[in-house]
Amino acid sequence: MSTIQPETSLSNHLHDERAIPTEPMVDGTSVPPGEASADFLQLLTPDGHRTPNADYDPWVADVDVASLVRLYEDHVVVRRIDTEAMHLQRQGQLGLWAPLLGQEAAQIGSARSLRSDDFVFSSYRENAVAYCRGVDFTDLMRVWRGNSHSGWDPYEINMAIPSVIIGTQALHATGYAMGCQFDGGDQVAIAYFGDGATSQGDISEAMVFAARFQAPVVFFCQNNQWAISEPVERQARIAIANRAPGFGIPSIRVDGNDVLAVMAVTRRAIERARTGGGPTFIEAVTYRMGPHTTSDDPTRYRNKEELDEWSVKDPIKRLEAHLSSMGALTDEVRAEVQAKADSVAAEVRAGTLGLTDPESLSIFDHVLSTESSWLERQKSQYSAYLDMFEGGAR
Amino acid sequence: MTQLTLSKAINAGLRRALEVDEKVVLMGEDIGKLGGVFRVTDGLQADFGPNRVIDAPLAESGMLGTAIGLAYRGYRPVVEIQFDGFIFPAFNQIITQISKMHARTRGAVKLPITIRVPFGGGIGSVEHHSESPEAYFAHTPGLRVVSCSNSQDAYTMIQQAIASDDPVLFFEPKRRYWSKGEVDQLAETEQPSMERAQVVNSGTDVTLVTYGPLVMTAKDAALAAADDGVSVEVIDLRSLSPIDFDTVAASVRKTGRLVITHEAQQFLGLGAEIAASITERCFDYLEAAPARVTGFDVPYPAAKLEEHYLPNLDRMLDAVDRVLGRRNSLSDWSHAS
Repeated sequence: MSTIQPETSLSNHLHDERAIPTEPMVDGTSVPPGEASADFLQLLTPDGHRTPNADYDPWVADVDVASLVRLYEDHVVVRRIDTEAMHLQRQGQLGLWAPLLGQEAAQIGSARSLRSDDFVFSSYRENAVAYCRGVDFTDLMRVWRGNSHSGWDPYEINMAIPSVIIGTQALHATGYAMGCQFDGGDQVAIAYFGDGATSQGDISEAMVFAARFQAPVVFFCQNNQWAISEPVERQARIAIANRAPGFGIPSIRVDGNDVLAVMAVTRRAIERARTGGGPTFIEAVTYRMGPHTTSDDPTRYRNKEELDEWSVKDPIKRLEAHLSSMGALTDEVRAEVQAKADSVAAEVRAGTLGLTDPESLSIFDHVLSTESSWLERQKSQYSAYLDMFEGGAR
Repeated sequence: MTQLTLSKAINAGLRRALEVDEKVVLMGEDIGKLGGVFRVTDGLQADFGPNRVIDAPLAESGMLGTAIGLAYRGYRPVVEIQFDGFIFPAFNQIITQISKMHARTRGAVKLPITIRVPFGGGIGSVEHHSESPEAYFAHTPGLRVVSCSNSQDAYTMIQQAIASDDPVLFFEPKRRYWSKGEVDQLAETEQPSMERAQVVNSGTDVTLVTYGPLVMTAKDAALAAADDGVSVEVIDLRSLSPIDFDTVAASVRKTGRLVITHEAQQFLGLGAEIAASITERCFDYLEAAPARVTGFDVPYPAAKLEEHYLPNLDRMLDAVDRVLGRRNSLSDWSHAS
């Protein structure tokens, strides 16, 4: 095991913006961007074996069996919700769904490393992150059912409404982190995005700003190998984690299907940010086992062998194997976790089916923070128009 | 009352905003030691420090994107776009994020971001330095778009823009930066809201609507018309979105004739919307079809040609004659279409 980039220390130069890493970087330029069997940090092998690591073991030393069981529960519940949402979409109850199948460890390991007052900026696939932040999934379903463009009040759970436009949120996270820095808070911002997003200029600009201001932000890239039908090789020639050091940002590549390793690197990155050490870029190597969304058909662009290969590395199987090896995955634990997952899924289903359609004239709400006579005029004219229909057309 | 150039008046307004609200931060390219390429932020970094007057990396999307994050955190960022034509790298953040956030979050997230844009031509500059892109933003729901035309408005409207809980595009008429005017720095709260249009010259025959750099030209045109016995009412729109149609309509009901003038291209510009909306509201009062005096539907030309592109006093007067049905020395040309 080796990481691609040594973690160059910026902490000795906290207030010196000229302090960019000057040590020579380990040459990771020969690692293909999709490579997932070497050159990343792994603490749990796919068969559940715990690999010791002197650098990162201390960062997860407190993760005991009970914590692992809680993480396992997160994984199972989130996957169960994901499955339920796929069904709801197929049954016509949701307009669309973007499954996270296969990416549970990357999302849960990182999100469970955050403090509640840290702030999350994500894309639309971070449903496990939303779960960890405490989102009511019925609210989240509002968006996918077409009732609303947002599912929650960002300030209630310190998680922004996910960005649909790829990569924009990395700048929002960086700006938020600059704000934390300006007002002396020790909160940290984290930006979630995918391998495809790294081709967007906003990701590069975010790294420029984060490095320039040494902002307390963590860039968390889930390299799930696919941007709809385009493999990561379309986005990058070499491992994505290699880009960050060019901006003066330390980076690390981690097995994204290993919740323990993800937690270790994220905790370390967050601590660095919290203590004035500036940004870190994490590339979590994972795999999107499902379609891009329910509208996608992955059989047109990838083969079953690839899926089989990755299913061996499944984050839940790995956690189960690890827990079993410690004698912690008893029938009782399995049953409890499954029961919780089924009950959450049932709540999500009932909640989704119980959602009422939004009121027609609400399209005019909240365009500006105050009413405008221009819009009030359109609203009243449309309202009068609707009233002309017998029985009302609302 | 003090005499200030328009740029100094904005500077004074920015200074006041920085003083009264510690959450106000300025961000832009070269706005620190240099004071901006037009010196609008002159001296502010020295007085408020580099964390409140921020020399940003040279990335417009980066500035607006991080401004969103700062606003999420409770700040009121004021971002300077160096020149009108440089705003487009930030177009994505402005349109897909800033304009929609309030509606997207059903009011939970407010983004009180002010985007200062020196705009318009007439300074003999190179490509991308003389454009009038306001219609792109006025077309987009969720943004306020305003433009000042004089020192007093520059001083008060920049403060109102910063104090607004909505994102505001603040278009500054760059060729008027050096025009002087009286500024009452004590009475900013008593100044009219930036949402309201103002009648800056009363008249009875024709309503001439404009904003920004052409207000001064329009007032000159009204003076010239008066010499010719024509009474022109000039309206400075001030707010380009939402537009204060009530003020424009009241004037047109009085005059029965409407001319709109702006530097921006004609096609789907502000003039098109004003002509259509006022026609809808005041059809029975109109004595003539509304006329537009605008930039042509061409890319902004090279400096040696800009006098042919920019509306000037004579083109405004020609339009005034046309809506009055008066022939003038240019009539053959003006009726050629």
